[in-house]
Amino acid sequence: MLYISTKYQIIRKDFPFYLGKTAHGGLWVQIKNLPGHLPKESPSHVQEIMKWNGWGYSDSRFLFNKKGQAEFTGKRYRLSGMIIPGLKDWFECTFGASLQHKTPPLLNSSAVQPPTLNEAFVEELKSTGIPFSQDAEDRVFRAHGHCLHEIFALREGKFGRVPDMVVWPNCHNDVVKIVELASKHNVCLIPYGGGTSVSSALECPPEETRSIVSLDTSQMNRILWVDEKNLTAHVEAGIVGQDLERLLNESGYCTGHEPDSMEFSSLGGWVATRASGMKKNIYGNIEDLVVHIKMVTPQGVIEKSCQGPRMSTGPDIHHFIMGSEGTLGVVTEVTMKIRPMPEYQKYGSVVFPNFEQGVACLREVARQRCAPASIRLMDNEQFKFGHALKPQVSSIFTSFLDGLKKFYITKFKGFDPNRLCVATLLFEGDREKVLQHEKQVYDIAAKFGGLAAGEDNGQRGYMLTFVIAYLRDLGMDYYVIGESFETSVPWDRVLDICRNVKARIVRECKERGVQFPPLSTCRVTQTYDAGACVYFYFAFNYRGLSDPVQCQNLHAAREEILANGGSLSHHHGVGKLRKEWMRETVSNVGMGMLKSVKDYVDPNNIFGNRNLL
Amino acid sequence: MASKAVYSQRDPMLKKRDDFEDILEERRNSSDLRYALRCYAPVVYKGLCPSKAGTLKSMVLQSDQLHYVIHQVCRETGRAVDDVQEEVSSILEEMAHRLQLSTVRFFAFTLSKVFKTLFRSICVNEEGIQRLQQAIQEHPVVLLPSHRSYMDFLLMSYLLYTYDLALPVIAAGMDFMGMKFVGEMLRMSGAFFIRRSFGGDKLYWAVFSEYVKTMLKNGFAPVEFFLEGTRSRTSKSLTPKLGLLNIVMDPFFKGEVFDVSLVPVSISYERILEESLYARELLGVPKPKESTSGLIKARKVLSEDYGSIHVYFGQPVSVRSLAEGRVNRCQFNLIPRHIPKKPSEDIHSFVNDSAYRLVRAQEENMVLKPWVLLASLLLQNQVSGQKRGIALDELTEQAVWLRDLSRQYGAFLHWPEHTPPSEVVSSSLSLHRGLVRISEGRVQLALGQRGPAAPGEPRSAVTPEEELLSQAVIILSCASYRNQALHVFLRPALLASAIHTASSNKKQEVFNSFSFLRNMFSNEFILCPGATVQDFEEACYLLVKTGALQVTQQDVLVTERGHRTLVFLTSMLDPFLQGYQVVCRFLCEEATEALTEKQFIPAVRKFIIKHLLAGRLRYTEVLSSDLQKNSLAALLRLGAVRKIKGAEQGTLKVNTVMVNSLEDTLGGKLPTQKAVIARL
Repeated sequence: MLYISTKYQIIRKDFPFYLGKTAHGGLWVQIKNLPGHLPKESPSHVQEIMKWNGWGYSDSRFLFNKKGQAEFTGKRYRLSGMIIPGLKDWFECTFGASLQHKTPPLLNSSAVQPPTLNEAFVEELKSTGIPFSQDAEDRVFRAHGHCLHEIFALREGKFGRVPDMVVWPNCHNDVVKIVELASKHNVCLIPYGGGTSVSSALECPPEETRSIVSLDTSQMNRILWVDEKNLTAHVEAGIVGQDLERLLNESGYCTGHEPDSMEFSSLGGWVATRASGMKKNIYGNIEDLVVHIKMVTPQGVIEKSCQGPRMSTGPDIHHFIMGSEGTLGVVTEVTMKIRPMPEYQKYGSVVFPNFEQGVACLREVARQRCAPASIRLMDNEQFKFGHALKPQVSSIFTSFLDGLKKFYITKFKGFDPNRLCVATLLFEGDREKVLQHEKQVYDIAAKFGGLAAGEDNGQRGYMLTFVIAYLRDLGMDYYVIGESFETSVPWDRVLDICRNVKARIVRECKERGVQFPPLSTCRVTQTYDAGACVYFYFAFNYRGLSDPVQCQNLHAAREEILANGGSLSHHHGVGKLRKEWMRETVSNVGMGMLKSVKDYVDPNNIFGNRNLL
Repeated sequence: MASKAVYSQRDPMLKKRDDFEDILEERRNSSDLRYALRCYAPVVYKGLCPSKAGTLKSMVLQSDQLHYVIHQVCRETGRAVDDVQEEVSSILEEMAHRLQLSTVRFFAFTLSKVFKTLFRSICVNEEGIQRLQQAIQEHPVVLLPSHRSYMDFLLMSYLLYTYDLALPVIAAGMDFMGMKFVGEMLRMSGAFFIRRSFGGDKLYWAVFSEYVKTMLKNGFAPVEFFLEGTRSRTSKSLTPKLGLLNIVMDPFFKGEVFDVSLVPVSISYERILEESLYARELLGVPKPKESTSGLIKARKVLSEDYGSIHVYFGQPVSVRSLAEGRVNRCQFNLIPRHIPKKPSEDIHSFVNDSAYRLVRAQEENMVLKPWVLLASLLLQNQVSGQKRGIALDELTEQAVWLRDLSRQYGAFLHWPEHTPPSEVVSSSLSLHRGLVRISEGRVQLALGQRGPAAPGEPRSAVTPEEELLSQAVIILSCASYRNQALHVFLRPALLASAIHTASSNKKQEVFNSFSFLRNMFSNEFILCPGATVQDFEEACYLLVKTGALQVTQQDVLVTERGHRTLVFLTSMLDPFLQGYQVVCRFLCEEATEALTEKQFIPAVRKFIIKHLLAGRLRYTEVLSSDLQKNSLAALLRLGAVRKIKGAEQGTLKVNTVMVNSLEDTLGGKLPTQKAVIARL
């Protein structure tokens, strides 16, 4: 993550920027495009620093070194360059995997189909001067999100339908031109932001016969103005989370919107999928943060005429845009709320004797509406996993201290190491209030048998979020595949859904012939007044299976979620992966409403990614 | 030789069932005391939250569901919350078990002694026990034994103790509480007591269902109850009661547990302890109220030989698998789960279907003894020819024939393999010497209390009615053994009767007739709702397979060699057909305006006795009140009789035309018209 240390030490130092004042006294910030990073002329080179068939930066990955120890490469993260001694044992014990059995990716990106081009469209596009590319690598890079099946196929060197070309608009007007041309020539457009979708939203519909153009918003990454009087910022939708946050930080502000994917995901993507951030308890989810949206559709531009903080003007048109998943148009500019940067930040953690107590505590915290910026509860398996990710300790003293803590919790307090679970906390605000708040939360936790377990554990918990995606790539090198998914559920159902979905995964794996027991784990990641967001992870060793991806049981797991009163999605969206359940989720009439909006806004299905409906 | 070939054909089917092990054998060879005191450490449910019986009560009292209902009751009746709460506590007090190991050990000791004197062996399929052990660890378990005797639940707990399995908590009828000491003993061995009827009592229902669910969800212990609701006095499985099944399935529907395993258990007694007691009860001698002194009097049963018991623990049935594709659990998403709600239509029909499937599973794994076949044959032959009874060697020949037939129909028959049939027959007869008599090489039912009256002995002391009733006791006892095999022959027998009553050999007509009979008898036998076509096909398949029938596209033809089978099958069903007809006749001829449901049984009994004494009825067993009740239930279901709720409690209103036509259709005098079928 970005803020690994408590004192806002920014770990990533690439992407330099300019900072200045606007004529009206607002702040403006602009990213400087340095040669070698994202030059305007060939914006396609993002894949040089990013993996094309895995998660994140090319220089950052887990590997088992020659001694068989796990380490994390690169310099970007706090864990980078460190040895993780516990990971190998955990990996082998949990999955029955062996370092002897490797499944390296097949590095073969030449098998991409030649592009289907709409010559007239290409000709006219050329005349606008907007950069575009038909390069195979560029196209493949934008043909997928990060679902397991997508990455698995890439590693096997299999490519389905990929976009036929990529365009890089530089501003709102460029997008207007592109959408006009696409409508004129009947070309299919698929908006592309950060590429972190996990709902098959970026997959090209195989039945699409028209030329597919991936509209990459990455060049629209400026903060156009900052309004300190109203605490808003007007931002181009292609900006990725970490840049937005860093740029605002430089002028003493933040949006506070930190989805786990914030290193790579873009503002436009957040709006299009109804994203949720880790610190929503203070700052709100994307729908609470957005003040104004500009979106280009085949029917023209949709936006509101003013920036009033709340309006009673019929159904909020923003809610047609948020969650439209690229089926209606391209979000180009967004006005967002900003906040002064918090003075003080503090991590924390609480150990509970069992998951039930932990959930009860979170429920009480929500009831009293005193949730810290973030509060997350990991189950026992994830606690163990987090433990396995502890980097090598430098001094005997720390390891002695760790041993002492463990002794205290398991022997003195009588916690069962196979049942205890841990909540991680993040407090934010001015120092005094944070300390007060902290005490309040720890007092509640104590009522549920919770023991404060230190800042370090909390911090490591949050780090886990950012590296877990990298870990999946490591697993895939050794016959282990995994996936995650989320839901939201009323409080009274939380425990039941956690138990049942985990059990369902185990059962399905067994029934489908998975030889080794899977890792099936969950955590409660957000609290609301009326419920919580639950995140599930599962992974298993697929040696001996002919079609491992088929065995991942996402379908069964989602059925189980729905049968247990969970929602279809809390923040990942529907995409194509979950659209079979849309009708029962929103009812026939609801479906008709959405459909009629689509029919009006985009009658020719220019935005033809076929998500959602 | 032929029979051998037939047998080996069935062999694969038999192999599917597990082998039995006699648990009494070890009891006879080692100390009962040591056995009762041995270390008992059963495996438990993996999600178990260890709790004592006491904490269980407070969990129930503090549950959201009870809170809700208590406040609802207060709102509706204006009673004070404390008052209602107190009632709840006392209901719970009256209901709750106090399972404790010492009592179980006491029972383990005494029952060992008792069982060894009463029974030759108690055979258990150990693979079933292993499956159960597995199931207990994985999910909450519900044990569903068949119910033929008071013995059943003591036996179940005894077995589970023997195999070091978690002791069940058992739903028992309140009537046991009449026996002060015994009731408390049972309570301490895991029984919890429920009132027989509490239809409208919302509070009682809430306490009861919450109590059961709490035990189930926490994996406190396997929950045991009898699907049939009460002991079957006829040895026929009773149509299942849904209340408790609904309760134990509910936590799955609502996602409170991942799954629930239902384990059907079939307990078959070679001789039922309550044999003649049941017959008397069916004939109208009221059931003696359970009392401790009564139990002591029952001591004389200890001196008799009751043969063996077979207990078959069936395949655990996962509620989750049963519900897959049938129940949409999302229906519970929009209302808080603690608010009691009447089950929806689809839930109700699902629970009902499941209940039937489970009772069928019980039936299928019920071990049949040779005597069951002999009883069937003796009942059919009692009046054939001028001489009473049947020659012993003929009986043996018929028994062998029936043995092979029943095996072909999939019966779970325990016929000693290496013993000559004649020995099998005579040893069976001698075990049931109270019911049969052999004289001059002929076997007949022991009708007449003290054997045939010696010439010249005065018989005036006994009225004809009394004599009839005492004969009926024997016949009904015998019929209860025949009934054990009914489920094997039921579908083919319905088909045979349908062929018999249908006006032609046209397949459609036979089917109509079959469907009519099946519908008519669906209160009498276990016939899964909505499975008419499957049942018809199964019956056809079995009869065709055994060469008794030829079924073409259009016609159903009885073969030459099939004749014997069909005669046997129709005779099996005949008493029931006649019974239903006579009930119809009674309703048409004698039912007055003011006949109430309560008066129905005595009145119809009187009517039947009159006809029997006049020789107008063939089957004494139609005196069974079970049959009379079932036929009334069927007529009520079909709308031929209606219950009028008015001043007079449950007055019966008879639709004479319809009852008449049903009677004629049953008797084959009227074709099963399409119209009738459609209306049914």
